[in-house]
Amino acid sequence: MTTTAAPLKNSAAEAEKSYGPLTEALLRLRKNKIAVAGIIIISLFLVMALFSQWIAPHDPLAQSLYDKLKPPVWDEGGSWSYPLGTDDFGRDLLSRIIYGSRISMLVGIVAVSISLFFGTLAGAVAGFYGGKIDNIIMRLMDILLAFPSILLAIVIVAFLGPSLRNAMIAIGVVSIPRYARIVRGSVLEEYAKDYVQAARALGAGDVRLIFIHILPNCLAPLIVQTTLGFASAILEAAALSFLGLGAQPPTPEWGAMLANGRALILRAWWAVTFPGLMILLAVLGFNLLGDGLRDALDPRLRE
Amino acid sequence: MSKFILHRFLSLIPTLLGISILVFFMIHMIPGDPAEMMLGERASEQSLKELREDLGLDKPLYVQYGLFMARLFRGDLGRAYKTNEKITTEIAERFPATIELSIAAIIIATIFGMAAGIISATKQYSIFDYTSMVFSLIGVSMPIFWLGLVLMIIFSLNLGWLPLSGRLSYHINLETVTRIYLLDSILSQNWPAFKDALWHLIMPAFTLSTIPMAIIARITRSSMLEVLRQDYIRTAKAKGLGPVVVYLKHGLKNALIPVITVIGLQFGILMGGAILTETIFAWPGIGKWILDAVYARDFNAVQGGTMLVATTFVLINMLVDILYAWVNPRIKVS
Amino acid sequence: MKRRALWWAIGLLLILAGMATAADPKVGGTLVFGRGGDSAGLDPAFETDGNSFMICDNIFDQLVLYADESTELVPGLATSWDVAEDGLSYTFHLRKDVKFHDGTEMNADAVVFSIGRMMKEKNVKFAGEPPAFPEKQPPAEYWLSMEMDDTIESIEAVDSHTVVFKLKRREAPFLANMAMDFAAIVSPTAAVKYGEDFRSNPVGTGPFKFVKWVKDDRIILEANTEYWDGRPYLDQAIFRVIPDNSVRFLELKTGNISICQFPNPEDIELAKKDPNLKLVSQPGMNIGYVSFNHTKPLWQDKQIRKAIALAINKKAIVDNIYYGLGQVAKNTIPPTMWGYNDDIVDHPYDPEAAMALLKEADFAGKLEAAGQDKITLWSMPVPRPYNPNGMKVGEAIQADLKKVGIDVELVTFEWGTYLKKQRTQPPEMDLFQLGWTGDNGDPDNFLAVLLDGMADPNVRTQWKNEDYHNTILKAKQANSKDERIQLYRHAQQLIHDEVPLINVAHSLVVWPELKQVQNFKLHPTASVRLHKVWME
Repeated sequence: MTTTAAPLKNSAAEAEKSYGPLTEALLRLRKNKIAVAGIIIISLFLVMALFSQWIAPHDPLAQSLYDKLKPPVWDEGGSWSYPLGTDDFGRDLLSRIIYGSRISMLVGIVAVSISLFFGTLAGAVAGFYGGKIDNIIMRLMDILLAFPSILLAIVIVAFLGPSLRNAMIAIGVVSIPRYARIVRGSVLEEYAKDYVQAARALGAGDVRLIFIHILPNCLAPLIVQTTLGFASAILEAAALSFLGLGAQPPTPEWGAMLANGRALILRAWWAVTFPGLMILLAVLGFNLLGDGLRDALDPRLRE
Repeated sequence: MSKFILHRFLSLIPTLLGISILVFFMIHMIPGDPAEMMLGERASEQSLKELREDLGLDKPLYVQYGLFMARLFRGDLGRAYKTNEKITTEIAERFPATIELSIAAIIIATIFGMAAGIISATKQYSIFDYTSMVFSLIGVSMPIFWLGLVLMIIFSLNLGWLPLSGRLSYHINLETVTRIYLLDSILSQNWPAFKDALWHLIMPAFTLSTIPMAIIARITRSSMLEVLRQDYIRTAKAKGLGPVVVYLKHGLKNALIPVITVIGLQFGILMGGAILTETIFAWPGIGKWILDAVYARDFNAVQGGTMLVATTFVLINMLVDILYAWVNPRIKVS
Repeated sequence: MKRRALWWAIGLLLILAGMATAADPKVGGTLVFGRGGDSAGLDPAFETDGNSFMICDNIFDQLVLYADESTELVPGLATSWDVAEDGLSYTFHLRKDVKFHDGTEMNADAVVFSIGRMMKEKNVKFAGEPPAFPEKQPPAEYWLSMEMDDTIESIEAVDSHTVVFKLKRREAPFLANMAMDFAAIVSPTAAVKYGEDFRSNPVGTGPFKFVKWVKDDRIILEANTEYWDGRPYLDQAIFRVIPDNSVRFLELKTGNISICQFPNPEDIELAKKDPNLKLVSQPGMNIGYVSFNHTKPLWQDKQIRKAIALAINKKAIVDNIYYGLGQVAKNTIPPTMWGYNDDIVDHPYDPEAAMALLKEADFAGKLEAAGQDKITLWSMPVPRPYNPNGMKVGEAIQADLKKVGIDVELVTFEWGTYLKKQRTQPPEMDLFQLGWTGDNGDPDNFLAVLLDGMADPNVRTQWKNEDYHNTILKAKQANSKDERIQLYRHAQQLIHDEVPLINVAHSLVVWPELKQVQNFKLHPTASVRLHKVWME
C-alpha cells in the first residue's frame, strides 16, 4: 500500500492542475494498483467469454464416457488433452470453465442492466417529485430491502420457475433498491442547487431536467455501484445455480458445475475446486475494480 | 429518545404489512399445486379435493390472505402442509440452530475482523495491512458454498480434525432447553456435549463468518484511520500515553460507532448465507427449512419462514438505528 | 471303539456349539441410519412418505405383517383370520397379552379405533367403553387413495380379542391392504391424549419405542424389551437426517452412521472397494414407464404403439442413466411379485422392424392428419424412485425415435404442475413418462391402478380395454390365490400384446452399510425394519 498511496496523492495534485475531472479520475485509477489488478482479471474473463470457441480445447457439452473423471494434467493419470481434468460425463473441465465465463459475464450484464434501469428510474422519480410518490416508492424499496437478497431471489425464482433467465431477472430485481437509493439521494442534492432551479425557471421539462441536468451529476456513485453490482450478481447467480434454481444442467455455469461436482467430492477434487475458484476470481475482479473506482471517483472517500 | 423509538417503531408497521402482502401473493402465485406435490403419482380427484379443502386452498386468494392476517394477529402462522405441525412450533424447533450458527459467525467475524482492522489501521501501509486488506477483498468475494466444501475436503476428509456435518454426534445425549446446544450443555454442565457441539459448530460458523469478517475488517480499518487523525488522539499521544492506551481507549471507542452499525447489518446477510451454509453442513436450521419448503410448495411454511426472517431483519435494523441514535444524539432530529 | 465314538460325539458338539456362537446375534449396541430427509410425522394413518413410514415400521404393528423378505403375509397382531364364504366378511383373532408402549392393552377396541378413525362414516362397534374419536384430524390420504371407504362397510369388536370387518364388495387385496403402514394399530389412550400431537408422540406395539425427535436432525428409538416377537437385538436405533448424498456417504465411511440410504450411484463403486463397507441390495417394487395419450386418435392403433416400443433401447437407458442400478422391465409388475408372468418375451430393440411397422400403419399420414409434424414426450423434472432422471431418459428416447424418423419434442413442467396436467390428458401430450411404487405387494396395486381406465377416471394411462377390465375385476373377486395368479398372468399378456404402455425399468435399490451391521435386509416395500438387525 505504501507504494500505491504515496504516488496517488502526487498524481492527484498533478492532475488537478491541467486535466478535466474525468481524465483526472482515470489517471488516478491507473495509479491504483488494486483497480489495475481488477481490470486485468476482468479483461482475462472478457477475453475468455468473447473468444470461448477459439480458446476452449473441447466442446463444453461433448461427453466422452471413456475419459470420465480424469484428473488434471499435473496429477497422476492426467493428460494434456484435459488440462484441468474431466467431470463424471467425461466433459473437459477447462472448456466448461471457459464457456462458463461467458454465462457469468452475461448474468452480470443482464442483471445489472435490469437493476440499473429500474433503480435509476425509481430513484429519479422519487427524488424529483418527492411527497407521496417518493414515500410510496421508497417504502417499496424498504420492503425489498427487508429480505436477505438471496432469500428474495429464491422466492422470485420459485415464482418464475428455475432457469438461468429467471435467475438473472430475480437478481436484477433484488438489487433495484441499492440504485434507487443512490439516485434519489443525488437527485435531492442536485435539485436544490441553483443551476437546476435556473434551468427550471427557463422552462426545462421534467424529463430534460432529470436526464440532462441532474443524472450526469450522480454518475460517479452509480458507476461504482454498477461495478460492485456485477460482483454480487455473479456471486448470487452462482449460488442460485448451486441450489438448482438457476442455470440447468448441462449448461456450463460455474455454480451448477459446483453442484454437480459436489457429488464427486470424494473422487474428483478438481470438479469442486476449479469452478469455485473461477467464481471467486471473477467476483474478486469486479470488487477490486469497484474499490479502485470508489477511491478514484469519489473525492470525499479519498484519503 | 422515547419519542424517537416510538416513531421508529410505528414506521415498522407499513413495512411489515407490505412484506406480508408481497410474501403472501408472490408465494401463492408460485406455479405448482401443493396438493398434487404431496400426493404424487397416487393422487385421485377425491383425495386432491379433500386435501385442498383441508389446506384452505379452495378459497379465493384474497380470502386466504384475510384468514392469514387474522391468524397472524393471533400469533398463529398456520400449519406446515407436510408435517401438519404448527409453523410456530416448526420454527421454534429450528430457529435456535440458526441463531447459534449466526451468533457464532458474528462473534468470529467481529473478533477477527476488528483485530485485523485495528492492527491494519495502526500499522497503515505495513505488510500486515497490505495482506489483511487483500484477504478482506477476497473474503468479500467468497462464494461461501464453495468455501464450505473446500473446508470439508481439507479438515474433515484429509485431516480428520472436524466432524463433517450435523450439530451433535449420535452418541452424545443432551438435555435440550434452549435448543442452543452450547448453552444447553453449559446449563446441564455436560462438558463432553459442549466440546462435541463446539467441534461441530466451528466449520459452518467459520464459513458463514467469511463475508461479514471481511466487511468488518475494512470498516474498522477506515473508521479507525479517520479517528486516529483527529486532534484529540494527537493530544493524547503528545501527553505521552502509551500507544496501546491511545489506540484502544481513545481510538477504538470512537471508531466503534460505524462498526456497530455494520455488525448489525451483517445479521441480514447472515440469514441469507445461512441458507447456503445449512444446506452444505446439514445444519438443521431455519434456512434449510425454508429452502425445502420452497421446493415442496409448502406455502404456509415459506410464508411463516420468510415473514420471520424479514421481521427479524427489520427489527435488528431498528435496534441498530436506536443504538446509533443513542450513541450519537445528533441523529435523532432527522 | 465306544470311547472313540464318544470323542467324536464331543467333537461334533463342540463344533456345533462353535457354529452356534458364530451365528448367534449379539444383543446391544446402537445402529445409526443415515437418510436424506426427515419424517413428516409418525402417525401412520396420516403419513404418505417413505421417511415417515420407515420409523412407523419399527414402532407399530399391523394385524397382518409382511414376511421378512417378501410381500407374503404372515400373522401380526392377529394370530389368525377367517374369511367368510362370500368374501364379504373378515374375522381377525387377536394376539393376547400384547401391550402398547404406554402399558395399555392391545385389544379389539384398539383395532376398531385405529382403523375406524380413518373412515368417513364411522360405522363401528366397540366391545367396551368407546374412546372418543379425535374431532379434528388431517385427511387420511393413504386410506383415501386406496379407496378404503368404498371397500369397508363396518368394523365391529365382537369380544375383547375378535374383530370383524364387513366389506361392501369382494376385494381380494383387502388382506394385503391390512398389512400396509396406514393400517397400523395405535394406542387409543395415547392417540386421544395427544390429539394432533400424536404425530410426534407415537405409541404402538412394535419392536422399538419412540424416545425423542429433533426435527431435521434425528429420531431416537429404544428397544421394546417386552416385544411379543422377542426383543430386538439393538438397544437403540437412531435415524439421522443428512440431506446431501455425498456427505451422507462420507459419514458412513467415517463410521458415524451404520447404513447410508440412497447414495450417489458413483459412490457405490467406492463402497465396493472399501474394506469396512458392504452393500445390501433389493429390486425395488416399482416400474418406470412411457405411456401414450389414449384419448388421442393418433395412438389408437396398437401397431403404432408396438413400433414405438420396438424403437426404444431400454437396455441403453438402464446402463447409462440408471447406472446399472435397475433392470429392464418386460412386465408392469416387478419380478419379485407373485403372479409375475416370466413366459412373456419382451419386444426386442429393433429400429428396422419399428420403421416397417410405422410405414405399414401409415404413421406419417396419421400424424399429418392430426396436424402435427412431431410428437411430444412429457418427462418428469425430478428424480423419482423408479427413474433417477426423467429428462435424461427423455433425451435418450428422443434420440431413439429420431432414428426411426419420428421427431420428438421434450416437454416438462414443475412437478406439481406436471402431475396435474398429465391427469387431464391434454391433446398436446402424445407420450408421457411416469411410474409407480407399489404399496402392498399385491399385483392389483399395479395392474388396476395403472391400467384399468374403465374402472376409475384417476388411472393415469386412461387405457380402456374391456377384456383387461374384466380380467382385473375377476381377479379382485377371486377366492383362491391360484385363480388370481392365472388372471394376472393373462392381464400381463394383454399388456404385452396391446402395448398400452412401454415398461422401461424397475430400479434396483443398493445401500452401503458398515461390515458390523448384521442381518439388515431391504424389504420390497422399501420399509426399514430393524427388529432382527444386530451389530457385531
